[in-house]
Amino acid sequence: MIWAAVIGTSVGCYLLKLAGLSVPSRWLSSPRVRAVTLLLPVALLAALTVVQVFAAGQKLVLDARAAGFAFAIVALLLRAPFVVVVVGAAATAALLRALT
Amino acid sequence: MTTDAEPFDADDADDADDAADAGDAVEAGWPAKRREVVQDALAVGLAVGTYGISYGALGTTSGLSVVQTCALSVLAFTGGSQFALIGVLGSGGAAASGMATALMLGFRNLLYGLRLEPMLDVRGARRFSAAQLVIDETTAMSISQPETRAARLAFWTTGLTIYTLWNLATLVGALGASALGDPKRFGLDAAVGAAFLGLLWPRLKHVTTWSVAIGAAVVALVLTPFLSPGVPVLVAGLVAVAVGIARPQAAEEVS
Repeated sequence: MIWAAVIGTSVGCYLLKLAGLSVPSRWLSSPRVRAVTLLLPVALLAALTVVQVFAAGQKLVLDARAAGFAFAIVALLLRAPFVVVVVGAAATAALLRALT
Repeated sequence: MTTDAEPFDADDADDADDAADAGDAVEAGWPAKRREVVQDALAVGLAVGTYGISYGALGTTSGLSVVQTCALSVLAFTGGSQFALIGVLGSGGAAASGMATALMLGFRNLLYGLRLEPMLDVRGARRFSAAQLVIDETTAMSISQPETRAARLAFWTTGLTIYTLWNLATLVGALGASALGDPKRFGLDAAVGAAFLGLLWPRLKHVTTWSVAIGAAVVALVLTPFLSPGVPVLVAGLVAVAVGIARPQAAEEVS
């Protein structure tokens, strides 16, 4: 099943890129289509963020991941590079688990 | 992959000024320009490489094998979608939900391609290799170049640098994390949320994008107890559809 998802995602992502270089540009000239396309990553990334932090299966939980999330927000506000945000969030959660 | 260099930003205003006086001056400055473009490409490639290590590490801790994690970097080569697929699979979502989320995220590359095509003017076999390199960073780096020659050079050098380093970094991260053992002990489950937030952050520039982000987050959390894992994220995507249709001028605000 994982292989199917890997291959399906790969083929789909490549075809989307190729389509951009191949179709006439008027296909996506509608402002509505453009707006939706540009806002989609924002909505999906925001949803993915909170689900990764607060969901465990179908339950909503508050655990060490929330502390990692708080660290990530502070680090981003301080303009820390991506790797600091990610590693710091992991370290924060790991530390909290080791202490409790 | 998403860096702070947003594709629709033109924050390289200095470069634009420099090249504004076209003709001999630009021609004489070409070796310097070429060096600058190549240096920028390497810098972006190195920054993206660190994302690649995170992605590789989180890929194997989300239940993918090292080969599957690397295959996605070689074949899909678009960080946001790759993170989305491993995130949904890792949190127990169905393969179909993961794929749908990844493809919806990859849709923006189509817009980038439309924007790059007149400048790249690639035909035949070259179009197939150029297509794989159409991502956030190559778009950002090439559309900020006012001159076609520099824009093409920026596209290819940035693209090939990132492609090489992203794949190397994925392999290092995947091998490293699979040697670590229990991912929870190292807080790697918390790193996934931080990675998504890091990808989202540079896009939160306007009240419209903030509203869409908060609306989508609320929708996803409210639906989590009622739908199978992965599906709430897809439904949250409808927030973008609703706002985009209601406020088409949002395209200008976010771009």
